[in-house]
Amino acid sequence: MVAACLPRERLRPLAGWLLLLSVGSVAAGRIEDQTEQFFRSGHTNNWAVLVCTSRFWFNYRHVANTLSVYRSVKRLGIPDSHIVLMLADDMACNPRNPKPATVFSHKNMELNVYGDDVEVDYRSYEVTVENFLRVLTGRIPSSTPRSKRLLSDDRSNILIYMTGHGGNGFLKFQDSEEITNIELADAFEQMWQKRRYNELLFIIDTCQGASMYERFYSPNIMALASSQVGEDSLSHQPDPAIGVHLMDRYTFYVLEFLEEINPASQTNMNDLFQVCPRSLCVSTPGHRTDLFQRDPKNVLITDFFGSVRKVEITTDTISLQPDLEITESRVTCYC
Amino acid sequence: MAAACLRLVWLAPLLLGLVDGGRAEPPRDALREELVITPLPSGDVAATFQFRTRWDSDLQREEGLSVLLKADRLFHTSYHSQAVHIRPVCRNARCTSISWELRQTLSVVYDAFVTGQGKKDWSLFRMFSRTLTEPCPLASESRVYVDVTSYNQDNETLEVHPTPTTTYQDVTLGTQKTYAVYDLLDTAVINNSRNLNLQFKWKSPPENEAPPVPFLHAQRYVSGYGLQNGELNTLLYNTHPYRAFPVLVLDTVPWYLRLYVHTLTITSKGKENKPSYVHYQPAQDRLQPHLLEMLIQLPANSATKVSIQFERALLKWTEYTPDPNHGFYVSPSVLSALVPSMVAAKPVDWEESPLFKSLYPVSDSSSYFVRLYTEPLLVNLPTPDFSMPYNVICLTCTVVAVCYGSFYNLLTRTFHIEEPSTGGLAKWLANLIRRARGVPPL
Repeated sequence: MVAACLPRERLRPLAGWLLLLSVGSVAAGRIEDQTEQFFRSGHTNNWAVLVCTSRFWFNYRHVANTLSVYRSVKRLGIPDSHIVLMLADDMACNPRNPKPATVFSHKNMELNVYGDDVEVDYRSYEVTVENFLRVLTGRIPSSTPRSKRLLSDDRSNILIYMTGHGGNGFLKFQDSEEITNIELADAFEQMWQKRRYNELLFIIDTCQGASMYERFYSPNIMALASSQVGEDSLSHQPDPAIGVHLMDRYTFYVLEFLEEINPASQTNMNDLFQVCPRSLCVSTPGHRTDLFQRDPKNVLITDFFGSVRKVEITTDTISLQPDLEITESRVTCYC
Repeated sequence: MAAACLRLVWLAPLLLGLVDGGRAEPPRDALREELVITPLPSGDVAATFQFRTRWDSDLQREEGLSVLLKADRLFHTSYHSQAVHIRPVCRNARCTSISWELRQTLSVVYDAFVTGQGKKDWSLFRMFSRTLTEPCPLASESRVYVDVTSYNQDNETLEVHPTPTTTYQDVTLGTQKTYAVYDLLDTAVINNSRNLNLQFKWKSPPENEAPPVPFLHAQRYVSGYGLQNGELNTLLYNTHPYRAFPVLVLDTVPWYLRLYVHTLTITSKGKENKPSYVHYQPAQDRLQPHLLEMLIQLPANSATKVSIQFERALLKWTEYTPDPNHGFYVSPSVLSALVPSMVAAKPVDWEESPLFKSLYPVSDSSSYFVRLYTEPLLVNLPTPDFSMPYNVICLTCTVVAVCYGSFYNLLTRTFHIEEPSTGGLAKWLANLIRRARGVPPL
């Protein structure tokens, strides 16, 4: 219609203007989509609870596991104030340690994961089942210092990593008590009812680790374990100078995977599920995603392991319409 | 072996709170105030390391003197100890307002002779594997003091590099000492290379004389055998040739070592020594520990032995730690004394050198105040065998299965004859084939 009415010599600039307008409107639409996405993302802060439940020198590898995850999590941006680290902490200064003040995770002492700036919140005899459950549920005596509290809210993504000796349905704390999978599931349900998390990633590296997540029933939990029920998780490599095994296989390969992640990477959870195949790990790692709302392939690794703040830079003005649908869906109770 | 002992002290008077109001707080007795913070059993060595990382966040660790505090070198020392002191100080002469002083100290003993391949020279880099780069930006004062008492201007005996511009003389612990002062806030000290490595070289080898023995030192140990009883002994040595002085001994013993106070004996030079003041507060199980405080006069040039017997208590099985066979710690005892000094000391103005005034307080010129901590002790309590329940269950179940099971079978099993089975389909087919062949059937 336009081509029939207008003379030819005025058509070209007009087409140019039309193209520019359409491109402009498409770009504006994209920015608005991006900002919609920005406000739709689930979490606003990240927490990590890293627990090593073993003590004594021959459980060196459990401490090295936990400290390696601690290092990765710090490197990807979660600050110490948002990490609750529970260790028996008797490795670095153990009289049997030939290199005092160090904990190594690779043989030939390549990497000292203890470092200079580790902050252990619960150490030695304070790593008990009671303290762990109190940290999770928030029922803490008022005299507890801030660094020992999990001050999460309903927009927090929490990473919970546990390692130690376990069995079918239980995890041993410091050789004197146990926590069962039912207690753990109930603790997570308490956290859900108190709105203490937005999404939870639970990783466990013990023998028969999959038994610990089979009883979860609260929504928005994704769980990974290093071995199935009936299988043992194995340790990776002994160091002849130190005399003990330095790390467990599953955490070793998870760590290698995490070393390639930086705060901007778009790697998703499906890659984490493939991390340690049976050929490397000897045990079969398992995972559980049925309680999780989102598709694991849309979940970034940095949603849990890092503390990524979304920043979108734009020079255009954006008008945001209050979208009642979105706010309503957030308030709906997941019953 | 002479060990180079370098003490680095930070003094940070923090104005944490103001006690204001109508009435003035009386100046508190410094002795009593500091004793409120009871000595913790040192426990793991790693505990001190953790303390250090918290200090660093206070002291902004990349600058200043705290850059020297790296654990990997500190744990190669012969001895180290950390302390935190908090006390109120008067803001003015009439003490109408008070502020709080926080003092963090780290004492480290390096054996320069052993680590330095036989030479007694030392340097900051060799000890800490780091040098000083710049002062802490928050510090109003930042200084390093080096004891150079045997230094003289002709550089005959030893050489200090870089040459100190100022020296400071004081009587500390009863003897006259000279300190070389390096002020990190002085730009001449931290020169353009931003690198201060203090080095100390002995020109002529020093005579192998033993370091001077302090006038008061102490030792503590547990004697006895078995897990029922024991005896707690503290040895106090007064090495002054002719002066006797009193010592205040404070013992905090945990409740699970039940002290027999009637067995408290104090002997000096073989004779009984009666303390002029004894205060004892008995323990209450699981609530509070024993508190024993005594004022003992130590005769000159003697060793005094304070001993008390105790019985070890059996704890409830839930009260044992996860590693009970390691033992339980007993806090060190605290000895406070005014030791007579060899050299008369002049009272030092607090404002001029707060470091020395708080480290080496002097009340009058004839004696100086010393607070010693003995070693913490490790005692074993009678520990149950925690693997026993598991072993009993295994053994009992095995015995029941084997013995009782066998008896049950013998008594209740009946035997009856069973007809052999006819064979079924396979046998019928086999017979069919045999009949065809003409062979007798099965």
